[in-house]
Amino acid sequence: MMFVVGTAAVLLALVLAVAAALRGPTVFDRLLAGNTIGTLAILLLAVFGFWAGRPEWLDIALTYGFLNLIGTLAVLKFFRHGDLAYDVEEDGAIDSEASS
Amino acid sequence: MSVVDVVDALSWVAIALGSFFVVTGAVGLIRMPDVYTRMHAASVIDTMGAGLIILGLILQAGFTLVTLKLLFILALFFFTGPVAAHALAQAALHEEIEPKLDHDRRAYSGHAADRGAADNELIAGFEEPPTDKE
Repeated sequence: MMFVVGTAAVLLALVLAVAAALRGPTVFDRLLAGNTIGTLAILLLAVFGFWAGRPEWLDIALTYGFLNLIGTLAVLKFFRHGDLAYDVEEDGAIDSEASS
Repeated sequence: MSVVDVVDALSWVAIALGSFFVVTGAVGLIRMPDVYTRMHAASVIDTMGAGLIILGLILQAGFTLVTLKLLFILALFFFTGPVAAHALAQAALHEEIEPKLDHDRRAYSGHAADRGAADNELIAGFEEPPTDKE
């Protein structure tokens, strides 16, 4: 019965996170909300899997966690450099620019 | 009360507390004013919320393969959370999104000669802190 409480809480948090992602206003707010949605999806898979008596769903949750990290980093790299295949050697000024 | 009942009760408490922290973090994601403070709220979900809920699930599972998988998920959160947060904050700073501050303490750092016009504007509306020397 306790899994119902956990599932309901995670679902409520998911609704709030989707609202935050829709509201923005900057792309980084949306990315943060997207990352949170991924975390909550992992938790939902775990708790709901226990409720349904199918803890094997944890494998899917693990896979989803790694995909979430790679996706977030890829989108961040895209918005920082405007290009996923950015070459630091071409433009060494990026480090001094970031630290100033 | 047998040992099983005690473990069951502890698991209940952990999942209920974790649910509370998950909802708290999501509400913070809505209510916080800028992206840096929202990251602070979102980290509550990554650490306390996920940690307590997974702890409760571990207490339910006992010594099985499921517990090992749950520990892997917990380790994943503890390593990927800081990496994602650091990359996000660095990208936001690089895009020159300013943190909302009551007092900009960066105005004190460095020499006066290095300050730009924007820094001097910040300092103009600023009270010098009292020094102990005088």
